[in-house]
Amino acid sequence: MALVAVLVLAGCGGRAPSGGAGGGGEGGEFTLWTHNAGNKEELAAVNKIVSDYNASQTTNKVKVQAFPQAAYNDAVTAAATSKKLPCILDIDAPIVPNWAWAGYLAKLDLPQELVAKQLPSTLGKWKDQLYSVGYYDAALGLFARKSALDAAGVRVATVDQPWTAQEFDQALQKIKASGKFDYVLDLGTGDSTPEWWTYGYSPFLQSFGGDLIDRNSYTTASGVLNGDKAMAWANWLQGLIRNKYTPAKSGTDAFADFVNGKSAMVWSGSWSATNLEKVKDGVVMPPPDLGAGPKIGGGSWQWGISSGCQNTVGALDYLKFSLQPKYLSQFVTKLNLIPATEETAAMSPGWEPDGPKRFFLDESKKFALIRPPTPAYPYVTTTFAKAAQDIAAGGDAKSILDQAASDIDQNLKSNDNYGA
Amino acid sequence: MAVTQEVPPKGGLRTSTRATTRKPAGRGHETLMGTLMVSPAMLLLIVFFFIPVGLCFALAFTNARLISPEPATLVGLENFQRLFQDPLFWRSLRNTVYFAVVVVPLQAGFALVLALLVNAKIRGINFFRTLYFVPVVTSIVVVSILWKFMYQSDGLVNNMLQTLTFNVVQGTDWLSNPTAAMPAIMFMSIWQAVGFHMVIWLSGLQTIPGELYEAAELDGADKWQQFRYVTWPGLKATRTFILVTITIAALSLFAQINVMTQGGPLDATSTVVFQAVRVGYGQQETAYASTISLVFFVLVLTVSLVQRYLTRERG
Repeated sequence: MALVAVLVLAGCGGRAPSGGAGGGGEGGEFTLWTHNAGNKEELAAVNKIVSDYNASQTTNKVKVQAFPQAAYNDAVTAAATSKKLPCILDIDAPIVPNWAWAGYLAKLDLPQELVAKQLPSTLGKWKDQLYSVGYYDAALGLFARKSALDAAGVRVATVDQPWTAQEFDQALQKIKASGKFDYVLDLGTGDSTPEWWTYGYSPFLQSFGGDLIDRNSYTTASGVLNGDKAMAWANWLQGLIRNKYTPAKSGTDAFADFVNGKSAMVWSGSWSATNLEKVKDGVVMPPPDLGAGPKIGGGSWQWGISSGCQNTVGALDYLKFSLQPKYLSQFVTKLNLIPATEETAAMSPGWEPDGPKRFFLDESKKFALIRPPTPAYPYVTTTFAKAAQDIAAGGDAKSILDQAASDIDQNLKSNDNYGA
Repeated sequence: MAVTQEVPPKGGLRTSTRATTRKPAGRGHETLMGTLMVSPAMLLLIVFFFIPVGLCFALAFTNARLISPEPATLVGLENFQRLFQDPLFWRSLRNTVYFAVVVVPLQAGFALVLALLVNAKIRGINFFRTLYFVPVVTSIVVVSILWKFMYQSDGLVNNMLQTLTFNVVQGTDWLSNPTAAMPAIMFMSIWQAVGFHMVIWLSGLQTIPGELYEAAELDGADKWQQFRYVTWPGLKATRTFILVTITIAALSLFAQINVMTQGGPLDATSTVVFQAVRVGYGQQETAYASTISLVFFVLVLTVSLVQRYLTRERG
């Protein structure tokens, strides 16, 4: 049994977190973890930055470890528990406050002039401290067929002049009356990933004037998630489904259905911009102003330094190097993501002011509202996604929202408001 | 089944003394060998099963979270109070019991019917046996994804219903309909797992000696009486095993829900295990999920013990 015990301990000690190489760095070598294994262009872009950086100086050497996106967050949590986080890692923007609160991330001491150039939604802050910086952003948009809008006598909305709630409603009625499409607007409800439901549909809640959590204190969701404005949003959503403007459960790829002519409009994002070219008369518009101004989500993957990093000087040096416009431009041109700085936009064809692709950058600057930067976010998003799914399925909106708000409040209380 | 006469050995006392003097050396060696043989499995069981289960039960009395800068502290029975006032838990429990109560008799019964059919000694029967078993070896996740497409409102299931009933039965969007979602999942689960229990029933059927059937036929019993008086009693052990295993499998329904409906629509398909996973990983509340797991464990244990008691050997 003693032999057995020794074997067990040896096994426990040698067990490395998935993805190997530990955090800090001996001398000048450290590891970088990224979530985009399987995403050829994005991984190639990151690898290019790393190899250029390694070639540009001899003090530090960066090694890239790529993970598939679905397994990435679990890998980081496991590594954090065993204190083996890599020096540099990328994080999905809304989770940054949660990981900062948990002590995984170190404060980011980037020079102020670099930070000032970034699009606000590419900065991950918690309690006024910067923890992460993003190379790009993404934005939601209402894609439509211009022919369908013209036939219904509806104008094309622009960033300067978005639709009002009445215009939006009239557009829906007129397009439905024409009878040419299965659905007027495909909201993409067939994607059951919780984060899509929060990212894609909480902007409508916010446009009505409600929110996921009270952003003044971050200590309660009551009143914002289950108040009158939130009820107005819930009734609006159920109305869209009841009047058959949008399917209760769309196909798995809503944009493909739009391209194939099943719907006149689809709620998607900048990632679908290349596919829009398959539609002869496709246009993209901001969402309507449902009371508190049009709102879209903001914040995509961002880069930070782990708190256990032994070589923070080197890690910061790498991050500064990677923020050069020529590298940020790769993400824009190859992946159609929104440039994080104006310099990058100037370098990327089509994104300069009044350029053909400029829409998403202007829309993001004007309407983007990042998901609430609170460590409670993982709980908030799963609770809201479930509530939204139940509302879309036809449940009693008041009791669903009341339950969601009270669940969030209880979670906040049992965690001492996460240090808010 | 044969009756043997017990004849005490001659010189019984002498035999026992000889046995007692010979036993110690042999017994000790056997015990050591036995322990060594069992130790790898016991080690794996202890490290990967008993210790985590023990930790899980201990966590139910704390406020542990998946990601937190503060260590977990003991909170006593707070989690249990919260659990018993949680409407989602009661709904999940109701759905789990609903699923078990329907699936256990249906699946066991249907598997028995298939086993009886497949037990016939005709040529080509092995083909059918394999055919019924194929869904079992397919990953439940793959099966769930396939059936998710089939259950769409314009999917295969509705098309077949319309064709077979000449458009009288239109079918519905199965997985988005709160009343139809659970039955749809039950149907798919039974289809997937019935082959496994068919094979177990088959093995039970094949232990019944053929002479008993011949004797019954000679006595003038028809097929139904043969089943009732020869087959059914002969299947007692198999019956108990199948009952217990199907019940435990049915109560731990998770994979299909996770892939197909994520507990919806309107909590119609949320089960206890699904809720535990969602709370523990999605909402990062490890302690609350441990509470759910502990309560679930006690529930399943109670049900199994009751089943064992009711099916115990009498006399």
